[in-house]
Amino acid sequence: MKKIWAWGALIFGLLYFTLPLIGMTNFSLKMRRGEYSFDAYAKVFSDPRFQETFTYSIMQALFTIAFGVLLVVPTAYWVRLKLPGLRPYIEFITLLPLVIPAIVIVFGYIRLYNTSSWLPLTGSIAGTNVLLMFGYAILALPYMYRAVDTGLRTIDIATLTEAAQSLGAGWATILGRIILPNVLVAVLSGAFLTFAIVIGEFTMAALLNRPAFGPYMQLLGANRAYEPAALAVIAFGITWGCLGLIQLVSRFQKSAPPKA
Amino acid sequence: MSFLTLTNIQKSFGPVQVVHGFDMAIEKGEFVSFLGPSGCGKTTVLRMIAGFETPSSGSIVIDGKDQGTLKPNQRNIGMVFQAYALFPNMNVHDNVAFGLKVAGSPKSETDTRVKQMLSLIKLEHLADRFPYQLSGGQQQRVALARALAVKPQVLLLDEPLSALDAKIRVSLREEIRQIQQQLGITTVFVTHDQEEALSISDRIVVMNGGRADQIGTPFEIYNTPATRFVASFVGTLNIIEAKVADPATGAVAIGNQQVSLKEQIAGMKGGDPISLALRPEAGSIADSAKGDTALTGEVVSTSFLGSVIRTKLRIGSDVISFDMFNDPGLTPPTFGDNVTLRFAAKDLLVIRE
Repeated sequence: MKKIWAWGALIFGLLYFTLPLIGMTNFSLKMRRGEYSFDAYAKVFSDPRFQETFTYSIMQALFTIAFGVLLVVPTAYWVRLKLPGLRPYIEFITLLPLVIPAIVIVFGYIRLYNTSSWLPLTGSIAGTNVLLMFGYAILALPYMYRAVDTGLRTIDIATLTEAAQSLGAGWATILGRIILPNVLVAVLSGAFLTFAIVIGEFTMAALLNRPAFGPYMQLLGANRAYEPAALAVIAFGITWGCLGLIQLVSRFQKSAPPKA
Repeated sequence: MSFLTLTNIQKSFGPVQVVHGFDMAIEKGEFVSFLGPSGCGKTTVLRMIAGFETPSSGSIVIDGKDQGTLKPNQRNIGMVFQAYALFPNMNVHDNVAFGLKVAGSPKSETDTRVKQMLSLIKLEHLADRFPYQLSGGQQQRVALARALAVKPQVLLLDEPLSALDAKIRVSLREEIRQIQQQLGITTVFVTHDQEEALSISDRIVVMNGGRADQIGTPFEIYNTPATRFVASFVGTLNIIEAKVADPATGAVAIGNQQVSLKEQIAGMKGGDPISLALRPEAGSIADSAKGDTALTGEVVSTSFLGSVIRTKLRIGSDVISFDMFNDPGLTPPTFGDNVTLRFAAKDLLVIRE
C-alpha cells in the first residue's frame, strides 16, 4: 500500500514538472500550421538581437565568473585559514543576496554610481557593464561562496599551506597551484551556477538598460507567440547543460573522497 | 658553534605560556628528538623553527643566521607532517618537484633531482601515481623525498610515523635514520613514542610542561633520568618511596629493609623522604651473583610477555616490577612466594622532582 502511494506521489511530481515543459516544447514546434517544425528556433537563432544579447550575456557571465573566483576563492581560503571565527559572519553576508531583491540592489547601485556621484559608473557603457558585472557577482555570491567553501572543507588547507610554505612557496603560488586546483570542481560548480544565473537575469540588466539575454526574452515574449516558447526551451537547455557539466566535472576529481 | 641554536625561547598563546625558556644547541648532521606527552610544547618549538609560529621571545639561529625575521618560505627548512600533506592534485613526481619548481630550478635539473629522491626512497616506479593511490607509508616516504629535494639546511619531522601501523612505523623509522645519516642532514624529530626516540636519535630532549626536563643521549636518558617525569615517561621504571637513613653513607630505608646507595645524599637528613628508581631489567631473583644489593618481597603477580617474564613484588608499601629473560629451564615464581631481588646499588637512582 505504501509503495502505491510512493509511486503515485512520484508520478504526480513528474507530471507537475514535466507537463508544462512538454506543453511548451510542443507549442514551440507548432509554428508551421499543421506540422511540427523548428521554424520558431530558426527565427530566434537568426534574429541579430538574439545573437547580440546572448553574446553579451555570455561575456558578462564569463567576466562575472572570473571576478567571482578572484573574489571568493582567496576570501574563503583566508577566512578558513586565518579567521575561522569570522566564518558565520561571512556566511551571513554571502547569503544576503538571497533575501535582498535584485531590484533593491540595482536601485542602490543607480543611486550610488549615477552621473552626479563621486564614481559615475552609469555615465559610460563600459562603466555600466562593470556595474552590471558586479551586480551579477553579488547575485551569484551565495552559490559561489558555498561551493568554494564546501570544496575547501574537503582538503586540509592549513597543512597543505604549511607544506607549500616550507617548500618556498609564496601566497600566490599556494593559491594558484595548490588551493585552486584542489577546489577546481567546486569552483566549476559555482561557475556553472553563476553562468545559469547571469544568462537568465532580467531585473538588473533591464534597469541598467544593457542589451542582455533576459530583457530580450521579456521583449520577445511580449510581442511574439512561438518564439518565446522556443527561447524558454533554449534557456532551459542552457541551465540543464550547466547542471550536466557540474556532474561531469565532478568526475575529474583526482583526490580520494575525504575521510570522515 | 652549533648549527641550530635555540636561545631562551618563550611562547604564549594568549594568557597561556606553552614554552618556557627553551635552550638547545644542535650540531650539524645531528638527529635530535623532542620527546614528550601531548601538550608539552614539542610541536610548538618545531613550528617555531619552521616559522609557522613566532616566539614570544628568544632567538632561533641556523648556521649563524637569525631566523627571527624570515617567513616560513624564506627559511631553508624541509618539513614532514603527520598527515603527509602531499598535494592531492599532483602526482608523486610533481609533488617531489614542487619545491624545485618554486625555486626556479631548470627542468632537466629538477627531473634529475626528483629521480635521485625517488631512488632514495625506493619509489621510482610510482612516480606517476597520485597520493590517493598510495599507502600511508608510501605517502610519508614521498613527503620525505619532497622535503629533502630542496636540499634544506634542517629537516623537521612532526610525528611523521604516528598515522602508520606498527610494522610500517618500525621499518620507516629505520629508513628515515638511514637516509638522514646518508645525507648528513641536521634533523629535529618530534614524537611522543619513547621507543621511536630512543631507537633513532643522537640526542633526545624530554619535554614536560613547555620545558626541557632533560637533554641527553638515548643511553643517558634511559639509564640516568634526571627527573621523576623523565624516569616515568621513558621506559618502564619502578619508583620506590624510601626514607633517608644515613645521608653520609647513602643508606636508605625501604619499608623495614635498608640498602646503601653508591653516593652520599646531599642536602637531606635522616628521616627525609626520598624517591628512588629502579629499572625492571636491573634486578634478578634467579642470579644470586647479579648485584651487591638485595631486597626481599612477596610476589604479587607474574606475567609471561614472550621474550621476558615480568614479576611484581611487594616490598614495603611499594610494588616493584622486574623482568627475567624467558628461559625454558626457568621456574617463574608464583603468587605469594617470598623471593629475594638482587641488583647493583649503582642501578638504584635518586630521583629529583
